[in-house]
Amino acid sequence: MTTTTQPAAATKALPKLPWSRHLLVTAVLAVVLIPLPMLLDPAAEAVAIRVLLFAIMSISWNIMSGFGGLFSFGHAAFFGIGAYSTAWLQVEKGVSPWIGMAVGVVIAALFALVMGVLALRYKLKGAYFALVTLAFAEMLRLWATNSDLVNRAVGYHVPLRPEESWWWMQFAPDSANYFFIALGLMILGLLVSILFLRSRAGQFALAARDDDEASAALGIPVVRYKVLTMMVSAALMATAGTLYLQYYLFIDPDLAFGSAMSIQAILPAVIGGVATIWGPVIGAVVLGPLTDITATLLRNPPPFLDFLAGRGGLDVVVYGILLVIIILVLPKGIYGALRDRWSRR
Amino acid sequence: MTSQPMVADQETRTPTPSAWWARLPWLRIGIVLAAVVAAIVLAYLRSGSTVVVTQAVVTGILIGGVYGLVAMGLTLIFGVLDIVNFAHGSFLAIALFLSYYLVAGMGMHPYLALLIVLPAMFLLGALVQRFVLAGAMGKPLENQLLITLGISLVIENSLLLFFGANPRSVSLPGDQGVAILGAVAELSRILAFVGALVLAGLLFLLLRRTSLGTAIRAVAANDAGAQMVGIDTRWIYMLTFAIGTACAGAAGVLVAPLVTIEPVTGALFNIIAFVVVVLGGMGNVVGALLGGLVVGLAEQLGALLLPGQSPLLVVFIVFVLVLLLRPQGLFGRSGS
Repeated sequence: MTTTTQPAAATKALPKLPWSRHLLVTAVLAVVLIPLPMLLDPAAEAVAIRVLLFAIMSISWNIMSGFGGLFSFGHAAFFGIGAYSTAWLQVEKGVSPWIGMAVGVVIAALFALVMGVLALRYKLKGAYFALVTLAFAEMLRLWATNSDLVNRAVGYHVPLRPEESWWWMQFAPDSANYFFIALGLMILGLLVSILFLRSRAGQFALAARDDDEASAALGIPVVRYKVLTMMVSAALMATAGTLYLQYYLFIDPDLAFGSAMSIQAILPAVIGGVATIWGPVIGAVVLGPLTDITATLLRNPPPFLDFLAGRGGLDVVVYGILLVIIILVLPKGIYGALRDRWSRR
Repeated sequence: MTSQPMVADQETRTPTPSAWWARLPWLRIGIVLAAVVAAIVLAYLRSGSTVVVTQAVVTGILIGGVYGLVAMGLTLIFGVLDIVNFAHGSFLAIALFLSYYLVAGMGMHPYLALLIVLPAMFLLGALVQRFVLAGAMGKPLENQLLITLGISLVIENSLLLFFGANPRSVSLPGDQGVAILGAVAELSRILAFVGALVLAGLLFLLLRRTSLGTAIRAVAANDAGAQMVGIDTRWIYMLTFAIGTACAGAAGVLVAPLVTIEPVTGALFNIIAFVVVVLGGMGNVVGALLGGLVVGLAEQLGALLLPGQSPLLVVFIVFVLVLLLRPQGLFGRSGS
């Protein structure tokens, strides 16, 4: 494998849009979204931040499970590692959440390394791989629930500071800065996703996803690039954990490592379009506001839904129905279906 | 000249039908048994009390039977439909709530609820397979996994929506501690174990001794071939999913007096059922029952081995080890 093979490999699996176009869309998205907090009231801004958080998590899941083809059912493990590293360093050691984020990223990537080497060394595929990721997340949840080191089931509250501070990543609840941080992380996630795909490593990972025996025969170290994909994905997911902690100021084992969090990373990508760059973002825009819409609906229910007043769960019911419908009707997701329609013309 | 005797040798060997017990993977069963014995001994060394260890073993075996029943349904569905069914636990949760309302609302005896819950869950399973899953048969594994995930989200959160998160319970009239083998177990636990074994036995007979069972096994082995000899595979898919769901339903009725009834109870059983299914070998019905016992024991002995940790942690450690080292299951035939 010399450098001459690289252009050939790079042009072979070109996605429908050229790279520069993806980067351009990302830049436009960033510029368009920056003034958004000025237009939104605080409630809408909270929704916008949830959308961004969903998007970051799902972009991360999509790197590993969409582009890497390694179905993860335990992405909460990386999320929780990010949130808990930040919380532990901040509460117990008085370290800035920015440093906590960096530490979380490193630990999550190392965790993915161990998990990936174990799972791929023993050639786990499909459902077995998904179950191993689930098992690792559950083991972390059980460990955190019963470990004095991380405050057991109680979890962590981030101590409130008297004034706003970038260093402590803490602002007034309706501050636009949370939005900017979330937006920055999402743009970072998109860039990672685009540049990773564009890179030699990303192309190898795609090749290994599509046919790992043929890739191995061509001399691609399949396991190495699959594990690398997992590490990139895990690192990104950990930043979402830090963001979640700093915005909601609270974390506990069930929130951080529970399967609900893994599912929240899966859903936007599946609904928007797996293995596409924009699918997770579109899915997040669809799913993010649902929680608030259903909560408003149940706060002032129409007469025929009176008996549901004050109950939770409707949002997830809608997620579930959407998920089933999308898989049955649009298995490529919203973006995937639209892209197919465009490219056919 | 050299190959002559070998061929003859093989010819004489192949026709002798081996007894069913000779085909069992005795070595692996021995290893599992040895591991269980080692765990018991270690648990004894850690706790220093025979009573505690006997209690753990008895409780573990009793609950393990129920785990086995839940997992038999799941593994049957995997074997025949090739679907990793994430909604299995939520069907169990429906059965829990159904039996709660039959017992608390209508004054029915907890086990008589079986007469209503079993057909109801069978029907529900058939409907879900026919109208939701049938559209995804033969699609990539991820799609089916995601559909069952969607179904489980809908079921679990509908229960939350309609019944709220308050824990409920079903009590068995005349439930009391019974002494067995130097340990004490509630009557409801013993009856759940016996009930699970009886139902597992019935399922086994259904699969082995009836023409429907033969058809199901044929579809599991090779669905194209089964279709070619005139088996209506779509019908078998639907019936199998219904039978599997009814297993979850039956287990729900049996454990109703043992657990707190909440929408999330199903998710816990779902995860345990997956562990059991992998331990037993995906698609292996007898393996699921044995796997259930192993998980029940691992859970109870694990609580003694790692005091202060959740008993489930040991279950997951066993799970990951089995997934990595022997993904075809402890009791599966090698190479399958």
